Amino acid sequence: MSTESENIEDLVNRRYEHGFVTDIEMETLPPGLDDDVIRAISARKNEPDFMLEWRLRAYHQWLQMKEPTWAHVRYTPIDYDAISYFAAPKSDKDRPKSLDEVDPKLLETYEKLGIPLHERARLAGVAVDAVFDSVSVATTFKEKLSDAGVIFCPFSEAVENHPDLVRKYLGSVVPQRDNFFASLNSAVFSDGSFVYVPKGVRCPMELSTYFRINAANTGQFERTLIIADEGSYVSYLEGCTAPMRDENQLHAAVVELVALKDAEIKYSTVQNWYPGDENGKGGIYNFVTKRGDCRGANSKISWTQVETGSAITWKYPSCILRGDNSVGEFYSVAVVNNFQQADTGTKMIHIGRNTRSTIVSKGISAGHAQSAYRGLVRVMPQADGARNHTQCDSLLLGKECGAHTFPYMEIKNPGARVEHEATTSKISADQLFYCRQRGISEEDAVNMIVNGFCKEVFKELPMEFAVEAQNLLNVSLEGAVG
Amino acid sequence: MMLEIENLKVKTGDVEILRGLSLSVNAGEVHAIMGPNGSGKSTLALAIAGHDDYIVTDGSIKFKGSNLLELEPEERARQGIFLGFQYPVEIPGVNNAYLLKVAVNAVRRHQGLDEVDAFEFLKLAREKMALLGMDPQFLNRGVNEGFSGGEKKRNEILQMAMLEPTLAILDETDSGLDIDALKAVAKGVNALRSDDRAIILVTHYQRLLDYIEPDYVHVLSQGRIVRSGDKSLAVQLEEKGYDWVREAASA
Repeated sequence: MSTESENIEDLVNRRYEHGFVTDIEMETLPPGLDDDVIRAISARKNEPDFMLEWRLRAYHQWLQMKEPTWAHVRYTPIDYDAISYFAAPKSDKDRPKSLDEVDPKLLETYEKLGIPLHERARLAGVAVDAVFDSVSVATTFKEKLSDAGVIFCPFSEAVENHPDLVRKYLGSVVPQRDNFFASLNSAVFSDGSFVYVPKGVRCPMELSTYFRINAANTGQFERTLIIADEGSYVSYLEGCTAPMRDENQLHAAVVELVALKDAEIKYSTVQNWYPGDENGKGGIYNFVTKRGDCRGANSKISWTQVETGSAITWKYPSCILRGDNSVGEFYSVAVVNNFQQADTGTKMIHIGRNTRSTIVSKGISAGHAQSAYRGLVRVMPQADGARNHTQCDSLLLGKECGAHTFPYMEIKNPGARVEHEATTSKISADQLFYCRQRGISEEDAVNMIVNGFCKEVFKELPMEFAVEAQNLLNVSLEGAVG
Repeated sequence: MMLEIENLKVKTGDVEILRGLSLSVNAGEVHAIMGPNGSGKSTLALAIAGHDDYIVTDGSIKFKGSNLLELEPEERARQGIFLGFQYPVEIPGVNNAYLLKVAVNAVRRHQGLDEVDAFEFLKLAREKMALLGMDPQFLNRGVNEGFSGGEKKRNEILQMAMLEPTLAILDETDSGLDIDALKAVAKGVNALRSDDRAIILVTHYQRLLDYIEPDYVHVLSQGRIVRSGDKSLAVQLEEKGYDWVREAASA
């Protein structure tokens, strides 16, 4: 143990070797990972020493870890030495010049989703001078937020301008050692978002619109940290319903949420990364660690996710219910089609007294796809009066797909109340015929029934997003029946 | 002639249910189809609506002069054929009003009419519901989700009232209804009676016909219509029981 920490210190204090200072000027680092690469990333971002130290510690822990194999997913092993861990954003000359150069299939999907015209170009990666009127809009938002005292900025800016907050909270929910992918992220994360809502402040807007027009190319290792100080409230929206293309196959993001006394964080995700083609070729591997810490009494963290993209999804947004009377919620719709695989669920760790958690998971499988719900409810001995309700429903479209449920419960307090309900159903021929007899086409009927199945989750999404999520579901399941 | 069925043979699985049924229905008429369990009443209703499980092996169905058998179920519905189901299915999470509005607009589009907006739709739905003695809260519930038997049947009638079909087939809409519900259903059906519409009532009991007076009564047995007459046939049937027609069928 002591030799290990000496080694780390030794490494941390080592000066840049191999003249890496000049290499920092490079656009993209060569593939592979070692101490120098991490130093280069950190230096490139002008990070203070504590960040570099932190990254290196994570890297050395990662080296000793093994990639997990317990998830119900199959994929060819990832060659971590073949990945380049730092790439500058694409320069404009490599990008399509206009929408005419963009894959028509992609544009067709934007059309179906009802994405506003001015957003399509940005989503498709077209080189544009400015994102139209978004600059002025963003300025207005920024003023409004700063009036309220809310800090909302890229992670790297937070490291520069608010190092004390970063230092205090980074890794306090998802430690560097937490798991293989979180460790890797801790070592090499590129950028992400940082939010701090001060005491007693109700964030004056959903941090969504802002995010959507400002989403930078944060790359494959994204890091998000949201802190809601005592008595504050924030709703954060991540992702976009439009299909996002990315050359990086591996995505390993980390999201940490901290809710202090009487604070509430609502975190909504719509994930639609490229899922691969109809034959299962290509597609993003999405290995994400998301966790919220209800650190103070009466705090609340609510996760809502709609997962339709990625070839492989490995994701368990969780809540640590540390404060007395704290509340954790998880609402999820996961859709898999063709050869997609999803292993997703949540963990609710009850530590404080009278803590409550709700889990509603809706899995939809079509084509040859496999989806799994994996959930853990743990009630610690001191968590008197803890309550959990889990509802876990699967809907199958077609004969070749599968749905699997892996609920784990560890109850160490005899007074806890834990309920689990699970159902698996198919869209029945009777339901389809009923709708068709009312003049509704088969495809519309399927969409209607699927959306009905997901209703409990959609109603948790902010209004505007819920409509988009419904459209997204319809597009994702196109041709799944009939 | 609105509906013309000739020598219709229908099987489901390997079992032949309808064995050469013929029936003609004109606009403005109400026909009651009666018969014992298993005689093929529901099969007839589902075959007209186009259910995949009921395969027409012989004969023809013409609707307003054209071949109905070529059409998908949703196309038949858009042309004005409505089936009130014996066992209306539950569709959890799908708002009753939503399904109804989509259905109404699917039919209107087919007719080349403008779609109704949410405001017009609600106004219309509330009127129809008042007529049927239904609580407007019905609209906000999931389609038939957790409805009682009587509520499900009233909901079918509401859908019919909103869709204003040319031909309405009601499959044992009276079964399992208490007297108040039965009266409400009858009121809804009678309100729809008009010179340019036809109604086929499939029923096991004469009771419904006290409230909806049919122009013709047909008795079905072993896949064929064995007796046709006016309203008095239903009364006779009630007195003598179905054995009477069974004997007639085998005679």
